[in-house]
Amino acid sequence: MATRSEAQAWQSARLALRLGRRSIVFTALLIAVCGMFCLALAVGSVSVPLEDVLRALLGQATSRPAYATIVTQFRMPRALTALLAGAALAVGGVQMQTLFRNPLTDPFVLGVSAGASLGVALVVLAVGTTGASILAGIGLLGDFSMAAAASLGAAVMLLIVLSFAQRTQSILTLLIVGLMLGYAVSALVSLLLYFSIPERIQAYINWTFGSFGGVTWRQLPILALLIGVGLALSLALVKPLNALLLGEAYAQSMGINLRRARLGIILSTALLAGAVTAFCGPIGFLGIAVPHLSRILLRTADHCALLPTAMLLGALVAMLADLIAQVPGRQIILPLNAITALIGAPVVALIVMRQRSLRDAFSA
Amino acid sequence: MSQIVLTAERLSVGYWAGGGAPAVVLRDLNLTLHSGALVCLIGQNGAGKSTLMRTLAAVQRPLAGTVRIGGEDVHQLPIKRRARLISIVLTERAQTGLLSAREVTALGRLPHTDWTGRLSEADRAIVDWALQAVGAQVLAARPISELSDGERQKVMIARALAQETPLIFLDEPTAFLDLPCRVEIMALLRRLAHCTGRAILLSTHDLELALRSADRIWLLDGDGALQAGAPEDLVLSGAFARAFASESAAFDASSGTFKLCTEVRGALAVQGEGLRALWTRRALERAGFVVRQQMPAPFCVQVTQDGWQWRATHYSSLEALVEALLNANADPA
Repeated sequence: MATRSEAQAWQSARLALRLGRRSIVFTALLIAVCGMFCLALAVGSVSVPLEDVLRALLGQATSRPAYATIVTQFRMPRALTALLAGAALAVGGVQMQTLFRNPLTDPFVLGVSAGASLGVALVVLAVGTTGASILAGIGLLGDFSMAAAASLGAAVMLLIVLSFAQRTQSILTLLIVGLMLGYAVSALVSLLLYFSIPERIQAYINWTFGSFGGVTWRQLPILALLIGVGLALSLALVKPLNALLLGEAYAQSMGINLRRARLGIILSTALLAGAVTAFCGPIGFLGIAVPHLSRILLRTADHCALLPTAMLLGALVAMLADLIAQVPGRQIILPLNAITALIGAPVVALIVMRQRSLRDAFSA
Repeated sequence: MSQIVLTAERLSVGYWAGGGAPAVVLRDLNLTLHSGALVCLIGQNGAGKSTLMRTLAAVQRPLAGTVRIGGEDVHQLPIKRRARLISIVLTERAQTGLLSAREVTALGRLPHTDWTGRLSEADRAIVDWALQAVGAQVLAARPISELSDGERQKVMIARALAQETPLIFLDEPTAFLDLPCRVEIMALLRRLAHCTGRAILLSTHDLELALRSADRIWLLDGDGALQAGAPEDLVLSGAFARAFASESAAFDASSGTFKLCTEVRGALAVQGEGLRALWTRRALERAGFVVRQQMPAPFCVQVTQDGWQWRATHYSSLEALVEALLNANADPA
């Protein structure tokens, strides 16, 4: 039998460890993200020495002039996109998992990516049948057309889901409506695919593979702005998110306006997921896995710690996945979605099987 | 002196059923809650306990009448203001893993913090005090998912204390707990009401415990009326027996407990004193016999030093005695 004071000492030691854990996790992730960012700039079909990467970053002359171009013009936007997208998807996943109290939800559960898919499918698949004039117009817009169509699709879907969220009391109803909308929209995409020609189908499928490489310096500010707003909104929702950990009834009794909190969370997630899908395609897996990994690392569901950790870890995992997808030293690039799931899924399954934390987080 | 914290006037509660006339569950209630008092709300299933609690806590609107706290109409208050007046504890196990008991308790400070939810030194002190008040300071660092049901409910009570509201409503807080835990939680709530001056209202199905621990009882009779009073007054007036009258059980005012109504098999008398005689009477009553003071010799059970004597036969256990009585009863010859 431990005496009372011993028990208390043990408890306070555990508490200190937990507080310490937060700063350790945070610092380690911050260093890892910086390291991974440099690695993402250095590694690819052509290896650039780290020294030259740093020189290029600082705007100095590199040992070979081509290195500066490779780093700043090609790899930097790609790495920044991966960083932003990873953070966005991870935070979106945390928010959905907390809102729906369901470990299997991801940022796309509200049908945002389905909406974006339909937008892209309409542009890529349908134009062939509606005439050359529209095609010319699309061609003029260039790469932006896909992003624009996807954004529009995601935004329309968001409006539909928000109007449902306003009307329904039950969060479970909303979850089911979101899933059903997603299925219905996917069915429309299937129909478009069925009546389309092989070249266009290939173009659409390439989009669904997902890629961080399609974002140019010109587009990056738009992506950064959308994700920045989404992340800021999420951080502003820390209090309602934490209150929701106890369930909606307790949250309401603690002065949380459920309707407003719900709309804020949905808006923020849709913005994050919509922006990423519009510019990078539907990137799966990150949004569901990173929140779990973050909780396991932190051993707490407190959003004050969880949101920043998920941002960093999401950015890290996204950059790592992109690095692997580019197969360093080779000329081929593998589909990003295949990499995230193929490598990530077994890793997460293993970690989760060995941890009680996931069960703890969602079952009581 | 205790002060009136909450007043309900001409309150009717119920539901607006699909556009038609409202379904009134309870009508014309005039109620008060005093600071420093533990009030137990009891009544049969479907009598309207939850509906009344939800209406008082402003989770649902009343059909008529008002609920006031310190002159303010609860149903007109903004939700943030209300969170500083009423805190709640629910039946269901809070579905939160990965939060420590201290983190859960600290959530009670939400209505008092800014938008970041950052805790000040004063907030931390209140969280510590709340944990201590429920005797959960040793649990503080443990994840809530590792705690037993009773410990968890204590932490939820600490959370309600940390919210620093003059009123705490608990919806069947002891429903899933075993008997020692239920007694402990009720004793804790009674102590908290008396020591912290909070007005505590809880609904419960545990009548015997409510009779022993409540300062006041709100009794729902199932016909839309509510009787309030000291537990003993309600027992003596027969209100208890009426509210819980049913075919299979009856409230026994002399013991404050329920008795099962079984088929009456006959009348017997018990001769003897003390604990053994008391439990002999219980056993006979359970078997369906009416126990009287005086009966002819063949209908007398004698409590002896080492057993029971009936019709010149010795029985060493009540089980054997009851079996013999039932056999004789089935065959009167």
